[in-house]
Amino acid sequence: MGASSLIVLMIAAVAFSGIAILVSKLIVKATKNKHKGQPYECGVPTKGPNWVQFNVGYYLFALIFLIFDVELVFLYPWAVVVKKVGWLALVEIVIFFFILFMGFLYAHKKGALKWV
Amino acid sequence: MLLTIFWLVIEKLLLIGLIVSLSMVVAMYATYAERKVAAFLQDRIGPNRAGIFGLLQPLADGGKLFFKEEIIPLASSKFLFILGPCLAMITALLTSAVIPWSTPLHLFGQDVPLQVADINIGILFIFGVVSLGVYGIMIGGWASNNKFSLLAAVRGASQMVSYELPMGLALLGLLLLVGDLRMSVIVQNQIEHGWHIIYQPLGFIVFFICALAECNRTPFDLAEAENELNFGYHQEYSSMKLGFYLFAEYINMFISGVVMSCLFFGGYDIPFVNEASWGISQNALAIIGFLVMLTKAFFFVFVFMWIRWTIPRFRYDQLMNLGWKKLVPLALFNMIVTAAVILWLKK
Repeated sequence: MGASSLIVLMIAAVAFSGIAILVSKLIVKATKNKHKGQPYECGVPTKGPNWVQFNVGYYLFALIFLIFDVELVFLYPWAVVVKKVGWLALVEIVIFFFILFMGFLYAHKKGALKWV
Repeated sequence: MLLTIFWLVIEKLLLIGLIVSLSMVVAMYATYAERKVAAFLQDRIGPNRAGIFGLLQPLADGGKLFFKEEIIPLASSKFLFILGPCLAMITALLTSAVIPWSTPLHLFGQDVPLQVADINIGILFIFGVVSLGVYGIMIGGWASNNKFSLLAAVRGASQMVSYELPMGLALLGLLLLVGDLRMSVIVQNQIEHGWHIIYQPLGFIVFFICALAECNRTPFDLAEAENELNFGYHQEYSSMKLGFYLFAEYINMFISGVVMSCLFFGGYDIPFVNEASWGISQNALAIIGFLVMLTKAFFFVFVFMWIRWTIPRFRYDQLMNLGWKKLVPLALFNMIVTAAVILWLKK
């Protein structure tokens, strides 16, 4: 029953957001206008493309995040069974961390965690 | 058999309707509360025109948003522009699914649990949905085709992604104690052995800081730093779509308050008393439990607001340093120490 009620909630959430937007669209009469459709910046027309280049640092953090987030997914089942497995589980996870920590140190030494 | 299934469906549908409307009402009045709290902290009066004490103000605001003309920028990617706020709203509503709101009600000779879905991966589900929330910001900001929106969206995505990691790590100590991912088991464990805040103070502090960052609240509101980025990632939005982004933020705030009280402060448990010995009916107990839960959640919402008007915003490099070089090691340290202590005490 758990999963099916989750799906019902999902449908309810989708329906709610869809209906609210549709109703507000139906009630309000929208007028099209070339100047209204301009990007809102500071009053003067924008120059150049709007999808600008941004700092590469954001990508670096995303990459490091990806590695550690996958690790986190492994840690959850580990945390649940530690009591049953005992000390061996702790030793194993420390080794697991040590390997990952080397990667973290490497990224740190390379300056990936420093915001420029 | 068919009849019980029918009742189960009806009861779940009612519960879902109730929870969705509760989230909406709380989000609406959270905007009112935010303005009143801000006014109180700055020695002002705050909204007081619509209704007594300005209590109708959120309704007026909601109505206004509903009747505003919606403008879709000509250069924007139209489908994604509409998808962004919808995603933010959907993910905000979904998080409440696994929360045990109170002890079961007793209706028509049956126990009705006040929880939409007691799935065995409760916490993991919350994390999954929270991380989907990044897409709402990222898609909306990118699709607006506006320099400020794009920069704000990238900032917001990077920040939420960075703080998700310590948030997940901070909870590992708690999971080690409980040994189960079910939310109902976590709350039950606290009723039996005392609140987790006693065993996991460090975990709670890390989790709280990360919750602030995940909700894009001050001091981590870099995605809508208004003096650098105009209005942030929802700058091009108007009408109900803007309303969705704002509502989603307040729902997220409320839900993170609820999650914190469930995980660390005993959920619907009343401290120092054994309410089962009062001799009142099961339904009354369930309602009291629900009110206790709401009180705890509202307290956290109040703290969030209090922090907003007290602490100035972080700089971006400070934000990243705090996340990666302080919170992640702290959370890991907490986890290893908890694991060692648990194994040591077990012998």
